[in-house]
Amino acid sequence: MTEEIIIAGFGGQGVLSMGKILAYAGLMEGKEVTWMPAYGPEQRGGTANVTVIVSDDPVSSPILSSYDTAIVLNQPSLEKFEPKVKKGGTLIYDGYGINEPPTRKDINVYRIDAMDAAAEMNLIKTFNMIVLGGLLKIHPVVKIDSVLAALRKTLPERHHHLIPKNEEAIRKGMEIIVKAGQD
Amino acid sequence: MTREEIIEKGTVVAKKPDLLNDVPMHYCPGCSHGVVHKLVAEVIQEMGMTEKTIAISPVGCAVFAYKYIDVDWQEAAHGRAPALATAAKRLWPDRLVFTYQGDGDLACIGTAETIHALNRAENITIIFINNAIYGMTGGQMAPTTLLGMKTATCPYGREVSLHGYPLKITEIAATLDGTCYVTRQSVHTVAAINRAKKAIRKAFEYSMQGRGSNLVEIVSTCNSGWKMSPEKANKWMEENMFKFYQLGDLKDTGAAK
Amino acid sequence: MADQEITLMKGNEAIAHAAIRCGCDGYFGYPITPQSEVLETLAAEKPWETTGMVVLQAESEVASINMVYGGAATGKRVMTSSSSPGVSLMQEGISYMAGAELPALIVNVMRGGPGLGTIQPSQSDYFQACKGGGHGDYHLIVLAPASVQEMADFVDLAFELAFRYRNPAMIMADGAIGQMMEKVVLPPFKPRRTEEEIIRECPWATTGRVGMRKPNIITSLELRSEEMEVINLRIQAKYREIEEKEVRYEEFMLDDAEYAIVAFGSAARIAKKSIEIARAQGLKVGLLRPITLWPFPSREVARLSQKVKGILSLEINAGQMVEDIMLAAGGNAPVRHFGRLGGIIPDPDEVVEALRNMF
Repeated sequence: MTEEIIIAGFGGQGVLSMGKILAYAGLMEGKEVTWMPAYGPEQRGGTANVTVIVSDDPVSSPILSSYDTAIVLNQPSLEKFEPKVKKGGTLIYDGYGINEPPTRKDINVYRIDAMDAAAEMNLIKTFNMIVLGGLLKIHPVVKIDSVLAALRKTLPERHHHLIPKNEEAIRKGMEIIVKAGQD
Repeated sequence: MTREEIIEKGTVVAKKPDLLNDVPMHYCPGCSHGVVHKLVAEVIQEMGMTEKTIAISPVGCAVFAYKYIDVDWQEAAHGRAPALATAAKRLWPDRLVFTYQGDGDLACIGTAETIHALNRAENITIIFINNAIYGMTGGQMAPTTLLGMKTATCPYGREVSLHGYPLKITEIAATLDGTCYVTRQSVHTVAAINRAKKAIRKAFEYSMQGRGSNLVEIVSTCNSGWKMSPEKANKWMEENMFKFYQLGDLKDTGAAK
Repeated sequence: MADQEITLMKGNEAIAHAAIRCGCDGYFGYPITPQSEVLETLAAEKPWETTGMVVLQAESEVASINMVYGGAATGKRVMTSSSSPGVSLMQEGISYMAGAELPALIVNVMRGGPGLGTIQPSQSDYFQACKGGGHGDYHLIVLAPASVQEMADFVDLAFELAFRYRNPAMIMADGAIGQMMEKVVLPPFKPRRTEEEIIRECPWATTGRVGMRKPNIITSLELRSEEMEVINLRIQAKYREIEEKEVRYEEFMLDDAEYAIVAFGSAARIAKKSIEIARAQGLKVGLLRPITLWPFPSREVARLSQKVKGILSLEINAGQMVEDIMLAAGGNAPVRHFGRLGGIIPDPDEVVEALRNMF
């Protein structure tokens, strides 16, 4: 099994850290992982994306032409990565701020209104975990337990009390993700 | 009568320090470098630091200092001696580490390395020979060349509109929090030589006591570059150099402690 | 942290952790994207409190490399890291170290140039690293890691080679390898050598005249031409020995290959994916990955050139290593270059397309 994922959005949305948690969870399950950010001047509001590959075999290229799954969190990312999803692959998008929804018919499109949900829950900072929950519902690339273990590993001790909130966010994401067109 | 026979008959009044190699120096007759080399060699020996000294030579007339003073030497790229000394001292904290640099090396191409090493309070000593000219390359203008002074690259005299002002880097060094002892000396008379030796000793001792960085400037002559006899060069230095580069201690925070 | 723990980290972080673990005595560096995590990680780890390693942020890359010169001249294991524009500034010091025959490690996490260029990954410093860079007849030993694991592993290897031959060594990575995270097993802790060990193992080092031995002089200067030629010939003989003994490379799916890609570092990773794609389409392609860029695996390329129909040099630059491949191939097989510039990394599909179009 190899899952090649691109996560793209605005800087500050937690794109890179979501990818990191995913990669860490994969590592904890003994899988091969690569986390390859598109880096630039550190800037909130700029574009950010990260390629995460989770695989049972050694990962060849960290740079990919196409992806099994694209998670896009803003309009420019949707436009950039929708064409790069492999045929039969998956595209997950947050409806917030999307004016032109995806149009491809040869891929599976899911919508997750994580931004709205995070605002409702008054947990804007767990936005990325809601999205991650959505992904794990569609593709259980890693187990939720591994994600929680990864959070314990990567979060500084002083933030460990937030782990239950993150778990709540992941479960919320699993609830609210819907196949596009069915909402 | 041989030299040995003369010595045998008389009382020794002056002696080459053991750490000064018995080889002909390439310095011009009348040059200040030879005297400063002697003082450095004497101080290292008197402090018993021969086995613990790491010296850094510059690019300039003193490039071959390693042939004359019998300790371990690293030969640096032009201006970079304080960077070499920084690493050597941090990696071997119980060693006596000093650089020996001229004005072009220290106050021009190596200004950044000099200022930052001094300001980081590296426990080193910089011995700075200021003769206001580039000696080795044939007498070109230095950052310390006095206004009106003629050199190969300011043949009509240094002019502010063309060349800017001479740089008092030692005064700058004295303002840095990282420096402990900053002094300006000369070696043109016996009294001056004695004072200069004391200054070098004090700087080396402060270095070993971990009090911060130390800068000993020696205002020097370059009779070849200045195109003067040694005697005339000394006189010219007293009349012109000392007016602009005033002798004495600029800073000594070690004394208060 | 257990010695064998598998962890996830960036290539740059792996360099820093490996340095602490392999008995590095000193790091001297200056921040520049995309390698700043090396110094940041070292500063956060505070190895001066554990192994005694010195870590210093210098005032410039010029100062950094000269601190490395000063430290290496005392026999200590010292290193610096930077990215392309900073490594350009270091060329003076690197040439002096090669001339004075000093062992040290320089890490270049390459970004695109020329000039300030871009902060995105590139491999356009191949010429600089392998063909001189600074003045004079010299070579660096150049290692090209293709994974975060190799970033960690090559630190100790580079030091070993540098000390074996008294020659500066370089780890030449790029922004992609530096910034990406992969799993890595860090090398086991190895203590720093004691001062007594250094004095014994590096009798040439300027450690002070311990035991009143003859003074050691570290210099690259010799004004007498006859003497300087002798020194140069001795250094050249050392290079021939390195070429004979230290070539390192990896072969991937070359056994039945009709075409070969030659690629190093992150380009070699992309090449592997391209090979998967090409083979699925029935195109038999393999990879030769030089691990040492200098010494270059010329003999292996020559051998390859006699059995394949074509060689593609895949580089993230305008064509630099391709010259060494052409020299080695000696006209036996057509040699082409494909690369992207300006910080763009070629994707695996375009490499396959390039293969199809070129041969």
